[in-house]
Amino acid sequence: MESKAIELLRIIEGNGRVSIPTLAKMVDATEEDVKRLLQKLEDDHIILSYSAVIDWSKVDLNEGVTAMIDVKVTPQRGVGFDQVAERIYRFPEVKALYLMSGAYDLSVVIEGQTMSEIARFVSEKLSTVESVLSTTTHFQLKKYKHDGVVFGEGEADRRIVVTP
Amino acid sequence: MTTKQLNKRLSKKVQSIQPSGIRRFFDLASSMDNIISLGVGEPDFVTPWNVREASISSMERGFTAYSANAGIIELREAIAHYMSSRFAADYDPETEILVTVGASEAIDVGMRAILDEGDEVIVVEPSFVSYAPLVSMAGGVPIAVGTNIDTDFKVTAAQLEAAITSRTKAMMLCFPNNPTGSTMNREELKAIAELAERHDLLVFSDEIYAELTYDEKHVCFSSLEGMKERTVIISGFSKAFAMTGWRLGFVCAPPDLLSAMLKIHQYSLMCAPTMAQYGALEALKTGMDEVYRMKQSYKQRRNYFIKSFAEIGLTCHTPGGAFYAFPSIEKTGLSSEQFAEKLLMEERVAVVPGHVFGSGGEGHIRCSYATSMDNLEQSVERIGRFLKRF
Repeated sequence: MESKAIELLRIIEGNGRVSIPTLAKMVDATEEDVKRLLQKLEDDHIILSYSAVIDWSKVDLNEGVTAMIDVKVTPQRGVGFDQVAERIYRFPEVKALYLMSGAYDLSVVIEGQTMSEIARFVSEKLSTVESVLSTTTHFQLKKYKHDGVVFGEGEADRRIVVTP
Repeated sequence: MTTKQLNKRLSKKVQSIQPSGIRRFFDLASSMDNIISLGVGEPDFVTPWNVREASISSMERGFTAYSANAGIIELREAIAHYMSSRFAADYDPETEILVTVGASEAIDVGMRAILDEGDEVIVVEPSFVSYAPLVSMAGGVPIAVGTNIDTDFKVTAAQLEAAITSRTKAMMLCFPNNPTGSTMNREELKAIAELAERHDLLVFSDEIYAELTYDEKHVCFSSLEGMKERTVIISGFSKAFAMTGWRLGFVCAPPDLLSAMLKIHQYSLMCAPTMAQYGALEALKTGMDEVYRMKQSYKQRRNYFIKSFAEIGLTCHTPGGAFYAFPSIEKTGLSSEQFAEKLLMEERVAVVPGHVFGSGGEGHIRCSYATSMDNLEQSVERIGRFLKRF
């Protein structure tokens, strides 16, 4: 991939709202080139979506609960883990799903409104999926950092205003 | 006490030195709220965590005593390896490297080591505000050689040669340059090297911004053929590693010069802060990825800034390094001081007037792009609006 495309990806990964004219200046390209590159990256499903990192704990009535569930499964002949993974990630409650090395196979991230809602999902939906052998559920207590973003007030610019 | 009585207590030398022109501007800008500052000559990044952590750990483990005068040997060895691998400049950590309290101290001890009363040092300007005063305080006479926008603020051998007299002892260079961001390539530096050889001059090369070179590879002056024996390389951790407040620099020089500098350093400073040295050691061992990441970010901001300046009609050469743009404001008809003050009052954007950086600086303003993209976008909008009034 051309290096300008990688540079663009790194910039918008940090801030998806940078305008096309600003992006063009930053990477020393024309606006048309930037538009074309972004379109191609979208068409190739390299850029999948543009989203915001939100601290929901600060939004009233939107507390929510997040759990990370370690899942052990029996891989199936011919399709390995992919088929069971697909059966799990299709549930809208599942925010993320990873195949892991180590003591368990799949790591499932679930978001729900309450702990009981998540407990119900695990017992009724996840553990009943064929080839799921066991589940271990961990509830998140506090989010400190997510997708490279530190939660909280952030650090103020501590520099003095004019220096040599 | 009257001013006259007070003055009697102070040395004539100190009284003859003017306080930095930046000071007045700092006082003005500090008294105002909601300003966007393009006046900060330091990175907008906090020191990388691995460096901070290493320094904290050194204190936990009790490394709180004096270090060797020249700095902990592990750090000097790491500096030697760094200078060799990054800039093809080979130095012996035992006899040719001194860890100083910031690059500023390195300039100070360097000047004090070489100057007798009345010796001249050619200072290429516009430049960092400390060079000329440090030459004066060491008993020397700073001779300014101004550069200008027509040569992208590069200095030529002919300009330097015209300033050489029988008292000239050294030339003081800084590329990439603060405040212009200008850089010089190998061929251009070779012409200066040839001049230094011909007139048997020392060269002080302040290369504190070496890592922040965006378009061409930085050329270390002492890596030029025959130059090591007459060059004092000044550098440090402040800019590339975002460690300004740590006050940690270093100097690389031939053994005779270095031992003279060490003598002064030993009596005046003893050693650089030990915990800062452990932080710097970690910076050299594991911090280069962060340096490249920060550099990439500065480069993008530079590109944005320079192209935006062109759009709002501000004439500016493309700075090849550091994190400053040095546009011309001459067509407004204002002096750089008037421009900076008016811009601050009317649009609440702080820049540094060019004249404080010496010869060649008048008619320009220094804008640091080491600030957030949001601030840069807003400042471009405000400066654009301001320029329309002329």
